[in-house]
Formats: sequence, structure tokens, C-alpha cells
Amino acid sequence: MVDKFLQTLIDALAVGSLYALIALGYTMVYGILKFINFAHSDVFVLGAWVSFATATVAGWGPGGEAAPVAPWVVQTLWGAVGLAAIATAAEAWLWSRRGRIEPFRLQRTSYAGTFALVAAWGWLSLGLAQAARLVKQSGDTGLFSGLLVLLCAMSTCGLVGFIIERLAYKPLRRAPRLNVLITAIGVSLLLQNVGQLEAMFGTRPQRMPTFLSDARPLATIGGTVVTDADGSTRLVGGVKIQPVDVIGASTALVLMFALDFLVHRTKFGRSMRAVSYNPTTASLMGIPVDRVISVTFVLGAMLAAAAGFLYGQKYPGLNQTAAATWVLLGLKAFVAAVVGGIGNIRGAMIGGLLIGLLEFFGTAYVNPELRDVYVFSLLILVLLVRPSGILGRASVEKV
Amino acid sequence: MASLPERSRELAPGAAGSALRSAAPALGGVALALVLHFFATPLIGDFYAKVLLDIGVNIVLAVSLTMVNGFTGQFSIGHAAFMMVGGYVSAMIVYYGSMLGYGSPDLQGGLISSTISGREAPFVTLADLMFAGSLVAGGLFAAACGYVVGLPSLRLKGDYLAIVTLGFGEIVRVLVQSQTGDVLYTVEEVRETPIWQLPTKVGGALGFSGLPFYSSLFWVFLVVSLTLLAAYRLKRSATGRAFLSIREDEIASEAMGVNTTKFKVSAFTISAFFAGVAGGLFAHTIGVTLNPGELGFQKSFDIIIMVVLGGLGSISGATIAAAIVTILPELLRNPEPLLRLWPALAGIGAVAAVAGLVMRARGRSGGLFFKAALAAGIAVALGFAARSAIDAGHDLGRYRMILFALALVLLMILRPQGLFGVHEIWERSMWRGLLHAVGGGGKGRA
Repeated sequence: MVDKFLQTLIDALAVGSLYALIALGYTMVYGILKFINFAHSDVFVLGAWVSFATATVAGWGPGGEAAPVAPWVVQTLWGAVGLAAIATAAEAWLWSRRGRIEPFRLQRTSYAGTFALVAAWGWLSLGLAQAARLVKQSGDTGLFSGLLVLLCAMSTCGLVGFIIERLAYKPLRRAPRLNVLITAIGVSLLLQNVGQLEAMFGTRPQRMPTFLSDARPLATIGGTVVTDADGSTRLVGGVKIQPVDVIGASTALVLMFALDFLVHRTKFGRSMRAVSYNPTTASLMGIPVDRVISVTFVLGAMLAAAAGFLYGQKYPGLNQTAAATWVLLGLKAFVAAVVGGIGNIRGAMIGGLLIGLLEFFGTAYVNPELRDVYVFSLLILVLLVRPSGILGRASVEKV
Repeated sequence: MASLPERSRELAPGAAGSALRSAAPALGGVALALVLHFFATPLIGDFYAKVLLDIGVNIVLAVSLTMVNGFTGQFSIGHAAFMMVGGYVSAMIVYYGSMLGYGSPDLQGGLISSTISGREAPFVTLADLMFAGSLVAGGLFAAACGYVVGLPSLRLKGDYLAIVTLGFGEIVRVLVQSQTGDVLYTVEEVRETPIWQLPTKVGGALGFSGLPFYSSLFWVFLVVSLTLLAAYRLKRSATGRAFLSIREDEIASEAMGVNTTKFKVSAFTISAFFAGVAGGLFAHTIGVTLNPGELGFQKSFDIIIMVVLGGLGSISGATIAAAIVTILPELLRNPEPLLRLWPALAGIGAVAAVAGLVMRARGRSGGLFFKAALAAGIAVALGFAARSAIDAGHDLGRYRMILFALALVLLMILRPQGLFGVHEIWERSMWRGLLHAVGGGGKGRA
């Protein structure tokens, strides 16, 4: 009895902390732009698949051989470098010709800067993958390689988040919220279906290489040790605290505290909160609103990528990117954000853990088939009883 | 001098005449459905008749969603759930009804519900009436669900409402998937089972298989015509005006005395009714197994794509978009019929380019003609690219969702109100807006 309860609790907290990580991305974007970023769950899936691809490149794949990087990745990265060079030359020429800055247009959109940033960022991600390969070749047992793969996934997804925001959401800054919502659905469908292409990740489910072995739990509670005929011992019953749960949950916690520190204790965090409070006033106070929004997207995407990597470590079976299970996971994370109070960072963490607990205890003790029903019923209940969520503030409608 | 009521009574048309006049469009719909049913299949072949069938079902779905998303501006992304409710109710009635009444689940309908040519049957049978009744029953059940989902919209707005509809859709799907038992395949089993237990015997995760294929071109296009008619009359009615006012500005319309709560709930209810009827048609279509897995939010997104592409609030736009979205995968798989059009397209492009040059020579901009020429050129180039890709062995049908997703994003950026906006294609303001948007770089107001 106690064993089952404890095991459920550990699983719930491990998965709940991942929900919280994903929920943070939803909540940050909602706090600033006031729309549900439907593509967020697909960035999470992308994180899981990029981790898989990176791990394969690093040599953790099925055969233990290091797979080559797909040629189109390198070609695209060289293409970005070329674009950056062309844009730099063109802008240098244009600006020298005009000579002076027009009045009332203090800032110019610098395509050269954006392209250079994208190119450098892309090469950085590829470099992280190669570093993971080198570390693996020098005989690493998993922890350090895993960290590099995680960083690579976070960097790649951050880049993707940046590009999505620039191309799809930025043109719609002043559009009605419904249009942004539809765009988000479009971006989500785009990511799902591009990910399914053979050149990307394909439609076959894959097995994520695990960097931490499950053979030796970190600690056990209760249960009896049985000695087999060959002298090896194994545990029957009892609660196993697996390294993947501990490291997953603690990574999630570290990231969440880092984010909380960033938002509540730094100058940049203050500008984020200012933009979420009132973008117009914030821009009048000299806060670079567009840059803050971009960084918010990138942060959210990185956290989602980390969640994707950690989820892949806990449940190694990776479905294809358009599979309904992924979307459901993302939706549950969104529910976590709403339950905690959307727009509230600490609320998202609490909501994530709450959803994890509800899901796992409902599955273990009531009816395993209804696990999605619990979560969505909670959502509807919260929206009906307290739409602002646990920690959210009620907003006042202004005419 | 007669009083005003007397004079107006004199001027009013007779009862028979006005009844005929109101029934005329519906009769026209019946005639269209009959013509399509008996003459379309020999003309376009079995394959395209099936595509036409799918188009019809999708039109009903898209138009029903237009009532909520387009007219009322409430974003619902759980529309497939209403379709699923209607589909299962209708399937249950037809399947177990034929089991109990005829002793087998086979098609018992007359000629109007035969999808196979040359079948010997009377024109219409009692089973056809059962099918029609089951469609209505499915619609009513779905409408009841729509009422229940519409209730939270008293409190919720915009994206929150969207999430609730999505959550509702998922709950319905999971309940059907996990809480229903296997389909009963023999008459004895059906007779032994108490009748109140039959609704739970709908197949669970495996889907409801073995349904008779009642959905012929006649039934589908009958429902299509009635739905289009109802939607158009709704849009023009006082209720429809109230819907549109909520969409434009909820606070303002409330200030004008519109009971927004009541109209939002009724929009959900009406829309769910038609979605339920569409679900009933879908369940009885050839080549379809009624399966909860296929009616999740992905299906809802498909319907949203149709509505958004067509224009939020345009019935004709949704109809055309539904047709395009249904046909495009087939065309991507086999674009030969389109590719044969390239000389015509190239000719149009050339004429447009010449017209543009002439206008420029006369001192006008002619930009629209140049853009038309450019569009024709791009279309021809894309056609050849598609052909070479297919010759190289690529299956372009796989790229259809990527195309739709891109179209959705681009449309929202370039023309946020959708292709046709709130207007119908025969309204002149629509064309002015569209031309203005094409000519003025997307800044036009339709």
C-alpha cells in the first residue's frame, strides 16, 4: 500500500516537474502577448527529437556508431552564413548611400544582424552536437554527454523559437487575438508535419538512447532483496528511486529557479514584467519591447526542449512528431499553466506538479483509462470556478 | 379608405403562394440532390463520386463551424466532438435498428441511398426514413451537447473558451474510446441485450465497424443544400445579426440590448446540430470506420482550416474552401487534370501581361494585371515543378498538411479576414475588397 503510494508520488513529481517546465513557456508567452502559443507543445516534441538526433550523431544510437550529420543541415547553415554576408553587404551599401538617419525612425531593422545571429546560433548548436560526439569518443559514461545533448537540444529549439516568433508572430503584433491564435495553430501543424518528413525525423517511432541506466536505483525504500541462483541480487516490491527521476526533477527545478531568478531579480526580468504589464508604456520607458518578446520566446522554447529531452529519458519510446499523444501532453502542460494562473510563473510550477499528481493518482487509484479526462475536467472546473487560476489575478475588462 | 392593417392584409400574398415561395429553395435542394445522385456517378466515375461525397460532408461541417467561429466570433476547436456524438447516435440507431427490424445490418435502403449502380430496390423504403430520422436524432443529441458546451461561454472568452471546447472534445473522445464495449455482430446477441445497454456497444477504441453505407450523393447533398439554406437564412435573420454583432464587439452589442449569453449559447447549439448531422452522414460513408481516434482535435483543426481559409463568416467561402481542402490531396497525388490546364493558364498570363503593358502605355498603373500575369506564371511553374517531382517518385500527397499550415500562417499575416472575409462571393463589396487587397498589398478592407 505504502509502496504503491510512494511510487505513484515519485512518478507524479517527476512527470509533474516536466509539465511545469512546459507550462512555463505557455505562461510566459501568454503573460506578454496574451495568446496561447499552440506551437509550444511542438517545440517540446522538437526538443525530444533533436535530442534523439543529437544522441545518434554523438554515437549513443542503437548500433553505438556515430551517425553522420544530415548534409542538408550543414548546407542550410552555410546558406544562413551566405545570407548574413549578402545582407551585411547590402545594408552597408544602403546605409552609406543614405548617409543619415531619417527623423522619427531611430531604429532600423537590421536583417544583417538577424541573419548573422541565426547563422552563429545554428553553428553553435551543431558544435554542441560534435562536442557530445568527442566526449563520447573519449569514453564518457553518460552524464556529461547527456548534458551536452541537452544543451544542443535547448540551443536548437531556442533558435527555432526565435525564427517562429520573427516570421509568424511579429507581423501580427497589432492583429486581433483570434488571428494570432489561428496562426499559432498553423505553426503547430507546420512543425508537426515538417517533422514527419523523411529528411527530418521520419514517421517511424524511435527509441531514445538513455544516458542513465535504470539497472541500479539510487535508493530503495522497503521491499525484499532476493538472491538469484547466480549470486546476483534483485529487489522485489518496494519503491525504487531511479537516477532518471532524480536528475530529471532536479534539472527541471534548477531551470525553474534560474527562470524565477531571471524574472524577479534581474534588470531584464524587470523589463519582461513591464512589457507584460503594459507594452505601450514599457516602450515609452525605453524598454526594447520586440527584443524582450523575442527573448521570452527563446527562453520558453529552451525550457520546452529541456522538458522534451528529460521526457525522452523517462519514457524512451519516441512517437512521430504529429502523433496525438504529443499534442495531448502539450495540452496538459497548458492546462497546468491555466490551473496555476496563466501569466504567473510560480503558478505554472504549482500547476504542473498538481496536474502530475492528479494524473498519476487518478490513474493508480481510480481508473487508468480516464487519465486524460481528469486533467480536462479539472481545467473546465477551474475555468468555471476561478478562471484566473490559483495564483492569477482577476483581470478587469476595459471598454 | 381602409385602415393600415386591412391594407397590409390585402397586399400579403396568399397562403399557398407564400408557402410555395418559402419551400422553393428547399425543393431546389432536393432536385439538385436527386440530379447529382442519379447523373453524377456515371459522368465522373466512382472515385470522384466518392470525393464528391467527402466534399459534401466537409461542406456541412465547415458551414456549421462557420456559425460559431465565423458569425459569432467564438473560437471553438472541439467541433469534431459534436460530429462524433452525432455520428455515434446515428450509427447506433441505424445499426441496431436494422438488426432488430431486418435481422441484419446490411443496407435496406431504396434507390436513393444506393451507392452501387444497378441495384434492384424500390425508390425509397422505410429504412431510408430510419436513416433520415437517425440523422436528425444525432443532430439533436449533438445540439444538446452544444448547449452544455455553450454554457461555459457565459463566463469565458476567446482562447479560454477555445481550450474548454478542446477539453470537451477530448473528454468525449476518451469516454467513447474507453467506456464502450464491443459491437454486437449477431442478431441473437442484439435480441438478448436489453435495449438500454445497446448505446454502450459501439466498439470502443476499435471503432464502430460493419455499418451500412446509407450516405449516398442524394442524402449528402440534400443535407448540404438544407444546411446552406439554413445558414444563409440564419445569417440574414435577426438572430444572425445578433451573432454578427457579438463577433464585432461583444461589449457594444450588449450595450445595444443584445442578450449575448443567449445568442452565444444558441450559436453553439445550432452549429452542433448541423455538425451532428454531418457526423451521421460521415458514419455511413463508404470507406469510413467510425473511430474515436480519428475524430480528435486533428479533425477539428481540419474543419478550422476550411473555415479560416474560406473567410470567417462567409458561407460560400467555407463551402469553396471545404471543396478545395478535400480535393487538394487527390490533386497532389495525381495532378494530371490540373496540369492539362497549363496552356490556358499561360495564355491568361500572357493576355494579362499585355493588358498591363497597354494600361501602362496609357498612363495607368496596371499593377493588378501584372500581378495576375505573375500569379499565372507562378502557377504554371509550380505545376511543372509538381510534375517533375512526381516523375521523380515523390508522393506529393504527404505535403498537403504542410501546404495547409503554410497557407494558414500566410493568410493570417496577409489577409486576416480569410479569402472571402465575412461576405458571400456574389456580393460586390467582397470583390472590391479582394481586388483592393490584391492591388494594395493586403491593406484593403473588405
